[in-house]
Parts: sequence; structure tokens; C-alpha cells
Amino acid sequence: MASFFDNKARAAAAATNGASSSKTAPPKESQNLQPWVEKYRPRSLNDVTAQDHTITVLQRTLQATNLPHMLFYGPPGTGKTSTILALAKELYGPEMFRSRVLELNASDERGISIVREKVKDFARMQLSNPPPHYKDRYPCPPYKIIILDEADSMTQDAQSALRRTMETYSKITRFCLICNYVTRIIDPLASRCSKFRFKPLDQGNAKKRLEDIAENENVILEAGAVDTLIKCSEGDLRKAITFLQSAARLVGAVKVAQPKANGHSKKRKIIEDDEYEDAMDVDGTNGAMVTIRSIEEIAGVIPNDVVDGLLKAMQPSSRGAAYEAVAEQVTDLVADGWSATQVVTQLYQKIVYDDTLSDKQKIKIVTVFSDVDKRLVDGSDEHLTILDLALQISGMLAET
Amino acid sequence: MALLVDKYRPRSLEALTYHKDLSERLKSLAQSGDFPHLLVYGPSGAGKKTRIIATLRELYGSGVEKIKIDSRVFQTTSNRNLEFNIVASVYHLEITPSDVGNFDRVVIQDLLKEVAQTQQVDQSARQRFKVVVINEADHLSRDAQAALRRTMEKYSPNLRLILLANSTANIIAPIRSRTLLVRVAAPTEADICKVLGKVGKQEGWGEAEGLNRRIARDSGRNLRRALLMFEAVHAQNEKVTDKTPIPPPDWEALIAQIADDIMAEHTPARILLVRAKLYDLLSHCIPPTTVLKTLTFKLIPKIDDALKAEVIKWSAFYEHRIRLGSKHIFHLEAFVAKFMRILESYLMGMDF
Repeated sequence: MASFFDNKARAAAAATNGASSSKTAPPKESQNLQPWVEKYRPRSLNDVTAQDHTITVLQRTLQATNLPHMLFYGPPGTGKTSTILALAKELYGPEMFRSRVLELNASDERGISIVREKVKDFARMQLSNPPPHYKDRYPCPPYKIIILDEADSMTQDAQSALRRTMETYSKITRFCLICNYVTRIIDPLASRCSKFRFKPLDQGNAKKRLEDIAENENVILEAGAVDTLIKCSEGDLRKAITFLQSAARLVGAVKVAQPKANGHSKKRKIIEDDEYEDAMDVDGTNGAMVTIRSIEEIAGVIPNDVVDGLLKAMQPSSRGAAYEAVAEQVTDLVADGWSATQVVTQLYQKIVYDDTLSDKQKIKIVTVFSDVDKRLVDGSDEHLTILDLALQISGMLAET
Repeated sequence: MALLVDKYRPRSLEALTYHKDLSERLKSLAQSGDFPHLLVYGPSGAGKKTRIIATLRELYGSGVEKIKIDSRVFQTTSNRNLEFNIVASVYHLEITPSDVGNFDRVVIQDLLKEVAQTQQVDQSARQRFKVVVINEADHLSRDAQAALRRTMEKYSPNLRLILLANSTANIIAPIRSRTLLVRVAAPTEADICKVLGKVGKQEGWGEAEGLNRRIARDSGRNLRRALLMFEAVHAQNEKVTDKTPIPPPDWEALIAQIADDIMAEHTPARILLVRAKLYDLLSHCIPPTTVLKTLTFKLIPKIDDALKAEVIKWSAFYEHRIRLGSKHIFHLEAFVAKFMRILESYLMGMDF
């Protein structure tokens, strides 16, 4: 399989010689326009970053050509879907992929009737034989895979309908459930699967991956920008990559704009490819740089001085007098459109790591935070909720 | 005759008067060829929609302005028929899924898949993808949001989404990580003044700098509201000066009256009186949250500083209740009663 990352030379070639890049440019035009998240989705198991334990286990099963039912769980952007798709591709190759793999996710109708009909029909279906010599390249083990993505949004009933199906057809079918919250999967299902926990990506791996992508796309990053990316995305690699792409567009996109006028023929498309690549190179050398600030802006991080301003307003002078100052700050905050959740998160970090507060105060304040978070999730009015939060904290700061 | 708000709505990114850097950013996104999914958020009246329409125009040219309204019928799993309105041009669709309440998932699934599975028909189109604009994305149910997740990835060659929301709090994390967040801050008062001045000049109305500034302050940095107030003032007065009073909306006047009532007397009889007025507001479709919020901010200046934090606390508490509960009047009344009690005990010198 021609993996995008296998030819690392591509990056080097592109960097040194703009003209030669056309040979190694992505094969299809569409790839240029793909979000990087899709473009750099791991093509094989080896490409999956940071989930060493899971990958080792899966690779061993790959060699043994036997697979258990699987349950992948972990926070968003850790590579769950990527892993199973990569595994399926390695197992079946492009030709058999369609007939052997059924992928259902929350965007498909997944009520109990679908489990009873579609899933069961697919599970029951006899295996088709791979074309001759195909087996030399891909293992093509004698079972099908049903991927149930976002399984935690399936109803309880639908999940229980799966129970017996999983067992009855286990000879020719394997299930892979993917979810964020393992607790939402009913026990009988969970006990039928071997569980794989996907941990949030650690700094090192995420950093390496982001740098790889930046290099491939000829994006120049300011020193420390990668760390900011990782901090803003909280272990969610997909988020980090989306941020990176947006930031890259932000600084260099105007020059990338390609002449789209009157495409003559198919040849034209290839030429456009070249120009696109060239433009990217020119971009890079021109020194358009992704700065820390631009990343923070995209991530919606509130500038430090704004949060500090609010904190300062909350400091006690006399309890009542704090109101005017706090109210003013909060009104501005809301009118500027900062998201309330972000305000709460950043305020929380400031307060919890503030050494001047006593533990007792912190305990009290943290309770307020939990209350406020719940209210925001329930969809309460942001202005009132934030104002309440700020005033309550201010009141607690005044207590000694 | 169109309202000023519509008449002077900027049509292109260049014509936008404030947040120049944001316009610049949107423009470069639109030109770069790989347009991402967007999640545009900000307070109302900040110009989210205007910016989106301008961006679409930047993407596709003036074709996006030729819109038609489609009425489509969707069938739920329980065989109920849902009627749903779609605003569409050749290049984009605009939907408000929260119109159909809990069935928004069905609409999202059916409609988006249908759009995503057909390629752009128009060969001369500038982009290969279609854009679906989803209004009020923060009111989408959890199920509907979950339905969006994989669709956004799988059909990305043919489909781009633009979600519009007032806040990102109700958007689930997986969606947030798949979109580019665009914050549209409310215009500053100076920005609003500039717009009002410009519009006034184009309409040939007398200039009143002080009045404009007062409108900007009263509008709470909401440009739409400011423009409507501006128009109202000019419609009611032949000649405006700096001192021309700005007529408040009826409902605001009524709430101010309620606040006075509450302050004047703290008795059950008074609650009864207030109730009639609250009912009046609700039956005129003023959202209960707006009522509570306005009432709170009308009451706050009238009371002692020491009480303010407490009142805000209970206001936020009952606002949350309104959101969760189903009978709004209960919670509004409860707030009134609570407020009276707090104030009374404070005046009596008791601990509350």
C-alpha cells in the first residue's frame, strides 16, 4: 500500500525543489482540497500514533488472522475510527473492503429495526471468495467486520438486540464497537468484547505528528506554536490538526489562491496541481509564519489580560462594591462573544492554581464551578450564569 | 419598503464595516479552495448571518443570492410526516432544524445525505462542494449532533457545513473538533455609531450625534436592534435632536413597570398583580429568559449593593429552572417571590 508517509522523501524534495514536487504530488486533485484530517488519516496500523498497546495487540491478531469482538473507547480525536479503518484496509485491501466491511455510525438510522434487519442480514451473509492471487497481498481472513461507530448513541434496545446476533454469527462476523463513554454500552455487550482504551495523546507523539504534517504542507511554525496547539486541543489530535490547517490558511492562504479560470481539459487539472504545490512552496519561503497568537485566536482561547481583568474585578474590596466592576467585565465578555465554557475553563485554571487562596476557599469555589458547568450544558443563559459565577466567587474571596 | 436592517445589509465581505480582520480571514478561507466546516458563534445582532452570506457570495459569486424556498416532507420512523422548509440556491441550502423539534435528527440524516451524495451539477460552479448552512445549531438535539459527526468527515468532498450558534456550550465536543470556530464579537458602540451615521446620511435624515450614541448604548451592542431603534425614532419624529427620547419596546416598558410594582410593595397581593402582567408578556411570546433577564437588570439598580450578588444568584438559578422545566410562569413567579423575601428580610435586618 502506498502510504502517504512512506515516501518521506517527498517532503524533502518538495522543500528543496519546487518543480520536482509535481512527481510526488498527491495523485488526485481532490486530495488537495481535502481537510488535512482526512488527508493524513493513518493508512496503515503502523501510522497510528501513540496507541502502542492497542496497536501491538491488533498487529499480533493480524498475524494470527483471528480477531476478537472489539470495543474501542476513549476521548474524541485519539484515533479510534482511524485504527479500525486502517486495520480493515490492511486485512482486506481495496477490492474486498466493500463486501467484507459494514460501517454504521450515528448518521445512519440505527434503531432496533436496523439491528434486526441490516446488521443481521450482513452478519448472516456468506463470505465471498477473494479473486485469485489477491490473498498473496492481503490476508483476507474468513470473516467480515461490522463497525458500529459512535455506539454510545445507540439506544439500549438496539444494543440488547445485538447480543445474540454477536454470538450466533461469530464464526463469520466480527463486531467492532466504537464509543466515547464505555459506561453507555450495556454490560452484556461490553463483556462480549475485548476492550481497548484509547488514551489521550501524549505531548511527544502529538508533537511529532503535527510537525510531520507541517513539514509536508510546508507550513512554517513559530517556535512554541506546536506546544500551543497541543495545549489548546487537550489531547485531541483531530482538533489540533484542524487548528493547524486553519492557521496555515490564515497566514498564507491568499497566495495559495489558484487561478481557477476556464479549466480546459483534464490536463489542466494536473497543471493546476503543480501550481498549487509551487504556490505552497513560495509560501513557505516567503516566511508566512503560523504564530502562537493566530492559533489561540482560532482555538477561541481568551487573551490572558481579559481573564485577568475579570479576576481583578472579582477581588474583594467590600463585597457589594465588587458588583459594578464585575458586571461591567462580564457584559463586555459576553458581548465580545467569548464562549461561556471557555470562560469557565480558563477562570477555573486561574483559580485552582492560585496559591494565595486557602484550600477551604478553593473547595467552595470548585462547587460553584461544577454547578455552573451543569447549567451551561443545560442551555442556561450565558450572561446570567457567568455573572452569577463571578459574583459568587467574588463573595467567597471576600470570606476569610 | 424594506426595513433599514435589510436595506443596508452588506452584501459582500468588502462592504462589512467592522471586524475587518475577520472579513479578511473569511475571504482568504473562501479563496483557498479547501474551505473547512465552520462553526460561527457570537451574540445576536453581531452580524453572523451577514458574514456568512457574504462568504457564500465570495465562494460562488452572485448565484447564491437567487434563492427559492422549498417545502419538503420527511417521514419519521413512526411514519409521521414532517413538513420542513428549506431555503436554497443552486449552490447552498439553508435549514433551521430546530423547527421540527425532536425530529431534527431525521431531517439532518436524510437531507444531508441526499445533498452529500449528489455532486455539484453545475459544471461552471466555482467549487465542487455544496454548502449547507444550519441555523440555531445550539438548539440541535444531541442525536442530531451525533448524526452530523461522521457525515461531516465522510462526505467532505461534496459537502461543507456552516453552523450558526449563539454559544458553543451546547455543541458537543466531537463537532467542535471537526469545525473551524469563528467568533463574531458584537460591534462596539463606536462601530454602531458609525453605521447609524452612514445609514442616516444615505436616507437623508438629519444628523444627531448624541442620539446615535444613546441608541448605541441602549442597544446593548446589538446592531440589528440599534438599527430598528434608529428607524423607530425617525419614523416617530419629523425632526430629531440629541434629546429626542428613544421609545422603548412595549414589553420593556411593561417589565420596567413590573419592577416598580415589585419594589413598591412586598405582599402576596402584589405577586398576584405581577402575575397578570407576566402572563401578558408570555402570551405575547416574549421568551421567558428575556423576561427574567430584563427584570433582573431592571431590579438591580434599585437595590442595595449587598443584595446584588444574592439576587443574581437566584436569577441564574430560576433561569436554569426555566430551561429545564415546562411551565415558565411558575419559575418567573418564584423569582418574584424570592426577590420580595430577600429584600424584605434585608430591610427587617434578618438573616436571609
